[in-house]
Amino acid sequence: MSEPTFALWTYLTRTPLLWLTVTLIAYLAADRISLATRRHPVCNPVLLSVAIVALVLWATGTAYPVYFEGAQFVHFLLGPATVALAIPLWDNRRIVLRSLVPMLAALVVGSLTAIVSAVVIAQAFDLPRTIVLSLAPKSVTAPVAMGITETLGGDPSLTAVLVLITGVIGSVIVTPLMNCLRIRDWRARGFSAGLASHGIGTARAFTVHPLAGTFAGIAMGLNALVTALLLPVALRWLLG
Amino acid sequence: MIASLTLLLLCQLVGEVVARTLAWPVPGPVLGMIVMLALLALRPAIGQVLPGFGQALDTTGRGLLSHLSLLFVPAGVGIVQRLDVIGAHWLGLSITLVVSTVLTLVATVGTFLVVSRLVGARDEGESHE
Repeated sequence: MSEPTFALWTYLTRTPLLWLTVTLIAYLAADRISLATRRHPVCNPVLLSVAIVALVLWATGTAYPVYFEGAQFVHFLLGPATVALAIPLWDNRRIVLRSLVPMLAALVVGSLTAIVSAVVIAQAFDLPRTIVLSLAPKSVTAPVAMGITETLGGDPSLTAVLVLITGVIGSVIVTPLMNCLRIRDWRARGFSAGLASHGIGTARAFTVHPLAGTFAGIAMGLNALVTALLLPVALRWLLG
Repeated sequence: MIASLTLLLLCQLVGEVVARTLAWPVPGPVLGMIVMLALLALRPAIGQVLPGFGQALDTTGRGLLSHLSLLFVPAGVGIVQRLDVIGAHWLGLSITLVVSTVLTLVATVGTFLVVSRLVGARDEGESHE
């Protein structure tokens, strides 16, 4: 790099502007691709955007903490967006209240299935104990999952990554799986997406049907709570 | 828009303060969502003091939710830091994550539908279009 180019690059890497813009451009491109494929599950916008940004970071030799300095402004909006889930929830309050019993039953069964299946399969593959602990809360929204892992003695940053991968897997699989099972109840489809794959599943559910998105949001919130309470007990029983 | 964003942040702030003060295992934004629900229940009363409150909040909230995927990108890129661990155990990890996610989806959706039928709220969520 020549002297002035280098100076410009040094300047750009020190402000949030560059990486914030790159994040938005990557997302717009990913969203276009997703729209062009009529929201095909495999063309998941989160997956595509992450791949684009990761390539740019690799090509420019940029470390993740430097990138996050800029991208944190987008990350911050997760909080207000979670609060905003109250809006569709309020609009659909009647159907939500009438579905209270099936929701609570599905919550307990789903939450236990997520924990037990992850731990049992991971142990069958002889994965190290730290990974098993970090994997156990994989279906819970990242901030809560990281907190759970920390108290269990796992690796919170690994949990964050595994949670995100789970979110992408769930949002890619949910539509074909539900179609294959001939399930047309948007409440049930959305609820399972939010329970198994938290916010990323919820984002997917909102692009499919507003009612599915609403139930996904509820499942995400409830599963965070239930897993935080159940996981320590379940692990004592599973890991001995 | 600024008023709505302020309100969303305010709810989150209340949620964080409550969650931390009481040391609850619930994330602050989730409690903030409950605070927001209470405000929405009071919407007619608030609307008399602040006309247009509901409309503006709807637009801002829906705007945020329609691009929910974008908000996961910065955290998602964090995968570049852990490629070593994932690379070393990729087979076990991918099978665990995929199989466990499928089982969770099926168990959840199945329980929901069976219990829904048992309590007689059958097929309520089917296509409204």
